[in-house]
Amino acid sequence: MPMLNRENLVNLALAILLIAVPLIANGLGQPFYITLATRVAILALAATGLNLALGLGGLVSFGHAAFFGLGGYVAGILAAHNFSGEPVIFGLGGTNQMWVIWVVSILVSGIVGLAIGAISLRTSGVYFIMITLAFAQMVYYFAISWPAYGGQDGLSILVRNQFPGISTMRPLSFFFVCYVILILGIGLFALIRASRFGAALQASRQNEVRVATVGIRPFRIRLTAFVISAMLTGIAGALFADLNRFVSPSMLSWQMSGELIVLIILGGTGRLFGPLAGAALYVVFEYALGGMTERWQFFLGLILLLVVLFARGGLIGLLAGKAKHG
Amino acid sequence: MTLALALEQLLNGIQLGVMLFLMAAGLTLIFGVMGLINLAHGSLYMVGAFACAAVAAWTGSFWIGLVASLIAAAAAGAIVELVVVRRLYDRDHLDQVLATFALILIFSEGTRWLFGSFPLYLDIPPLLQGAVSLPGGAEYPVYRFAIIAVGAAVALGLYFLISRTRLGMRIRAGESDREMIGALGVDIRTLYTVVFALGSALAGLAGAMVGALQSVQVGMGEPVLILAFVVIVIGGIGSIKGALLGALLVGIVDTLGRLLLPQIVGLFMPLAQAGPIGGAIASMLIYVVMALILAVKPRGLFPAAHG
Repeated sequence: MPMLNRENLVNLALAILLIAVPLIANGLGQPFYITLATRVAILALAATGLNLALGLGGLVSFGHAAFFGLGGYVAGILAAHNFSGEPVIFGLGGTNQMWVIWVVSILVSGIVGLAIGAISLRTSGVYFIMITLAFAQMVYYFAISWPAYGGQDGLSILVRNQFPGISTMRPLSFFFVCYVILILGIGLFALIRASRFGAALQASRQNEVRVATVGIRPFRIRLTAFVISAMLTGIAGALFADLNRFVSPSMLSWQMSGELIVLIILGGTGRLFGPLAGAALYVVFEYALGGMTERWQFFLGLILLLVVLFARGGLIGLLAGKAKHG
Repeated sequence: MTLALALEQLLNGIQLGVMLFLMAAGLTLIFGVMGLINLAHGSLYMVGAFACAAVAAWTGSFWIGLVASLIAAAAAGAIVELVVVRRLYDRDHLDQVLATFALILIFSEGTRWLFGSFPLYLDIPPLLQGAVSLPGGAEYPVYRFAIIAVGAAVALGLYFLISRTRLGMRIRAGESDREMIGALGVDIRTLYTVVFALGSALAGLAGAMVGALQSVQVGMGEPVLILAFVVIVIGGIGSIKGALLGALLVGIVDTLGRLLLPQIVGLFMPLAQAGPIGGAIASMLIYVVMALILAVKPRGLFPAAHG
């Protein structure tokens, strides 16, 4: 049962704020801010996926852009085949139905996550960071050099994919779709964190030997967490492609992987609403600094450096105090 | 395919490997001694390239530019170590990744600020222009031979430095037990700064030399950085010998893969499709090699004592 402590209040405020901004923007006829809020929701979902591996499991994956981009490419490729009428594989055609795209992107990123995780999780620490990075680069270079789906130039989605009963081309409707999935994603994170599986996952971060001693194999726990984490980030990628109606290798780039980690740290590692707080902060920085100076990344770098060196709890840590448990 | 082409590509592979070694040696030294994962190493490569291009354009001499690249990269490395990196030694890898990721943003955007968005160009010095005839009839640029020679000299120099000098003795001692050498009166903080500046200078040297082959631009360092990560993961983090062998392996496999794979795939399907498919597989080849090596040896070919 959720208690009315400070962190839950902060979380509730964030959830309400995220839904209030696009509603007000819609009333004022400012669709641009709805797009910004949608961007926050999608990035927060991707980072919530990563937070499962990184925050709970202590698995510093520097390759989650692979899953984000794969989800995006699933949306782009299925939509392109739906448009051209050619089958994708084994005579199966494309689709413009979002829920089909979501299922496929969850499956694809899950399978790739299983393969990458199974190899990467044999290692730990710095090796794990570098190997996940290298695997993501592998997918990135594949996307660039494979000419069928745009290669370096990326792939446009001519018309945003459909969801039964909702007009997805309306910014506010699409925002609500993303918002609901984000809340479901955060709910899944909370369920996992409170479950026996989540306890084992966190325990194997804190003390691998003890976990093994009580008869749980950390490898399996971690692999499962890694795959679920990849799936969540994958579905966020599909939504991101639909938001921009465009997917390109930049979604797979190492900068994207870095950004996802940055979102988590800005918000607060392992915190339930950390990714949302981080994504909101990031998008606001990007927008506010980007409006003031072309060199906004320079200042983003400085801010990030200061947060890492001096303010380790992130935004949630600042607002709600230290996490109750490690 | 002729023998000449194969030989030429093999040399290109070795040249790429040598350049990767200069990057990987610094990375692996810094990780081995300080336990730090430094994403900003690619930025120091970029600093070297820009310093060389700017100074060479100003003075008209590539050689002065080359010296400037060493000084600029070492100085940038020392400043970064003193101001930021020093605070990260006791932190976990996540903090190190993030802080050095932030440094990349600062370096890249700062360089763009100073030099603008357009790439700079750096000419090959007159002394090293021209080509040598290879057996089989092909011509190979002298400059690329020079890069291979510099890499070999650096490898020898590092070996000598680490196994034969007092500084090298301290570096080795720092790798095995840093509290102990601190207790024995070695100024460990200065040693760290020196090692970081040394690794940075090697990255700057690599950047300056490659700058004459490609254009000098913001973002040039990160693809090389990631390849250097693959190299040290294959070689075993902390091992200079592993870095050398890993670098040559990655350089040769990558170059020959791009040459051979489209032709191998061409044996099984029409050439029009084989080109792109072979090319796509070739671009992933080194990562596949890395995955295979790690599946057998999770700590690389030459695992260091710790890490």
